This record gives sequence, C-alpha cells and structure tokens, in this order.
Amino acid sequence: MNTIWALAGVVIKELYRRKDFYVLFVLTAVITIVAGSVRFFQDPNIVRYVKDLCLLLIWISALLVTIATAARQIPAERESRTIFPLLAKPVTRGQVILGKFLGCWLASGIVLVVFYVFFAVVTGSREHYWPVLDYVQALLLQWIMLGVVTAMTLLGSIVFAAPSSTVTIVFIVVAGILFLGRHLNTVAMHYPEPLHSVIYAVYFAIPHLELFDVRERVVNDWGLVSWLACGLATLYAAAYAGLFLMLTWLAFRRKSLN
Amino acid sequence: MDAILRTESLCVEYRGRGLKPEIKPALKGLNLSVHVGEVFGFLGPNGAGKTTTINVLLGFIPPTRGTAYLFGIDVRQPIARQRIGYLPEMTYYYKFLTAEELLRFYARIFGLPRREADQRIDRLLKLVELEPARRRLIKTYSKGMQQRVGIAQALINDPDLLILDEPTSGLDPLGRMKVREIIQRLKNDGKTVFFSSHELGEVETVCDRVAIINNGELKTVGGVAEVIGPNHTNLEKAFLDIIGYQLQPAL
Repeated sequence: MNTIWALAGVVIKELYRRKDFYVLFVLTAVITIVAGSVRFFQDPNIVRYVKDLCLLLIWISALLVTIATAARQIPAERESRTIFPLLAKPVTRGQVILGKFLGCWLASGIVLVVFYVFFAVVTGSREHYWPVLDYVQALLLQWIMLGVVTAMTLLGSIVFAAPSSTVTIVFIVVAGILFLGRHLNTVAMHYPEPLHSVIYAVYFAIPHLELFDVRERVVNDWGLVSWLACGLATLYAAAYAGLFLMLTWLAFRRKSLN
Repeated sequence: MDAILRTESLCVEYRGRGLKPEIKPALKGLNLSVHVGEVFGFLGPNGAGKTTTINVLLGFIPPTRGTAYLFGIDVRQPIARQRIGYLPEMTYYYKFLTAEELLRFYARIFGLPRREADQRIDRLLKLVELEPARRRLIKTYSKGMQQRVGIAQALINDPDLLILDEPTSGLDPLGRMKVREIIQRLKNDGKTVFFSSHELGEVETVCDRVAIINNGELKTVGGVAEVIGPNHTNLEKAFLDIIGYQLQPAL
C-alpha cells in the first residue's frame, strides 16, 4: 500500500509542478467572475441560468483535467523511460496502475474542491444562502464519477498509441454517455431486431455516468438525494472502476518495455 | 561460491509485425553466473544483447525460453528486486522532483522507515556530492549531476547487487572517475556489481571477471587476466579478437 501511496504522491506533485493547477485557478477565477454577476439583473431565473452555466463549466473542466492527466501517466512513464528505474524496484505493474489511478483520482478531487469552494463562496456571498451539504453531495458524486472516468482513461492509455488519441476518444465516449446514455433504452424501442437487442445491450453495458449528475437539483434547490442512493451509486461506480482497472492490468502486465 | 545472479539457457526473440513476422534472436541460450562480492563486467558491441540481458534480469521483458534468477529467485517475481540497485544508461528520473524528493519516493517504495530514509538520503547525497543541490529540481541539473542522482537512487536500499547499464556513458573524465571510485568503494564494502560497458580500460581496472557477448551468444567468460591471455596486451585487443573484428588496412 505504501508503494501505491508513493506513486499517487508523485502524480499529484506532477500536477501542480506542471502548472496545470495554476491554469485551473485562472479558469476558476473566470468562472467565479461569471458566477459573481448572478444578481446583476435581480432576476432569479438569470441566477439559475448562470449557476447552471458555471456548474456545466466545472463539469467540463474537471473532466478535461482528469482525462488529460490520466491519459499521459503511463505513456509518459514509457516515453521518458522513468518506468525502468521504477520497475527495477520491487514494484508490480498492478501497483503502478493502482498508484496512477489513486494519484489521478485524488488530483481530480483537489481540482473539484477548488472549483466548488469558489463557486460556493461567490454564489453564497451574492445570494446570502449557503446550501453547503448540497454542494458537498454534488462534489462527492462528481468525484466518484471521475473515478470511473480515470480508470477508463488509464485503460485507453494502454490500448491507444498516443495520449492525444486517448484524450479525444475517452472524452467523446464520456460526453456520449452523459448526453445519450439515458436515452438509449427509448431509442432501442424504435428499432427492429437485432438492432433493438444490440442497443439494449449497450444501454446495460455502459457505465451510466449521468447518474452522478445532480447539477439540476443544485441549481433548482431541490434538496439532497438520499444518502442510501449515493451509497448504491458509489458501489456501482466502484464496480465499473474495478472492471476498467482489471482490464488495464491485463493489457499492461505482459507488455514488453524495451 | 554462491551465484547471486544466474541465467540458464536464456533466449529472447523479438518478433516483427505483419502476416509473416520476422523473428530476430537477441539472446541465444545465455548461461551466466555472477558470484557474491565480485565486480563483473558484461561486454559486447552495440546490439550484442547486453541491454536485453539486463532487461530480462529486471523483468522489463519476459524471456522467450530459459530462466534467470537473482538471489535464487525467478526474476519474474518482484521480490527478486528487493535487494538490487539499478542504474540505467541514461538519466530516466522524474525531472519535476528534487533529488531529495526522488530519493524519498524510492525509499518509500522499499518500505524504509522515515528516520532511516532521512539518514540514508543525507549519506547518499553527500556520497554523490549533491548535498548543496538537494532541493533543486532535477531538470535544472547537468548531465553529470543527473547521473549522480541515478547512483544515489540505485543505492537507496543498500543493495547487495548493483546492476549498472553503461554507467559512464556520456560522462566527462571527472564524472567517469567518480563512478569508478564509487564502484571501487562498493567492491570494498563487499557488494556485488554487474555492469555493462564499452569502456574497456575502465573494465580492466575495476572488474574481477568479465563476459563477452556478441550477436546474443556468450563468447567467453573468466577473470580479466584469463580473458586477455598470453596473446594480447590488453582487454581491448582481446575483445576485438574474440568478437572477430579484423583491423582494416590503412587507406
């Protein structure tokens, strides 16, 4: 476990030493400036619209940072050949994958905290309303979803040759799931067999990342989702993340590194 | 004497791509034994199979046939690498870390307690003369300094066996001398050193035994004096003779 934490620590250090973190701060500042103008027209609908926009930007930025960070981990280790002195130590390839996963996932958590704190402070200071628990729940669910995305990206980084291909493909897949995933069962009903069964199979096979999206609830102030449902969603995400990590390990364990 | 490093009929074949992939043998039944406390030089021209052998020993590539053991443990098991140190030919380290952070990272991987890790990091940074630059990012180091970080990381677990892949390649004369000094010091401490090199003069100076490999085949193995033999004046001449190099007539 010590090895996995050590590897995760290096991933987090890399994130902020590569200045990605500071770029994020700038992005956050831009978002907060937008959010800061929520009371500009004294219209509650505009407040909701701007909050919705801010949360959408948070989702897109967090996804981009997570996918870009995870996609370069193992290919960069191979390209810069830092993988050699690492694997010359008593480290298994499975530990490398778990360490990279943990590091990227924790890094995405830090990124989310920065975003949500700014979002909460700015909107709260304008509205004088602090639904902290709602924000914490939205953050936690999004972070759990990013765990699945991180594992999926690590798998992509082993399968595809270049990190840029991995980033593009994973981002398209994740966006596809978020926008279309929930409608696939309805779409399936409009097609004859065997397409009907194929679309249904896809509907049940893909990880439904949209389950973790509670932006609408936060924007409209509909209150908390039950914590039991959150727990079940966490188990659902853990199963998919575990599956993707297992596939990553299977693809990586016998790969020649010369 | 106990063999600390052993290969038995080790074969590695690289397979090309396509419908009829070409199979290129990189190692052809290599049998080697390195004993406790000796400095062993592994020599051969470029493409002879030196780095492939080291890659198999460190588990980077699986052998096609045959086996390799470190401390009697099959190299495919990570625990076989618990008591070894490895210095690659080039400086392959996280350049966004400082020397101190890098050593701490590797110390954690070996499971060293914090206090012991601190003491060892201090001692190693002094040994490789990087104490004043310990908090600078590795990317700001010169090539020689990066190679010295490499030596420090290879020694962080106080290894019983050091595997060095062309440790002096690309270093200036002073850097080479420092590496030689460190190898000598390790030898005096009873450590086993296995290193590949093109620097035959250096090998002659520090090695107890040498092996010469060419086209994936072991050509000779023995003590330095034994390999030089009565027919050659130095290791370089013996090496050229053993690999079958014919001196070209002057143009």
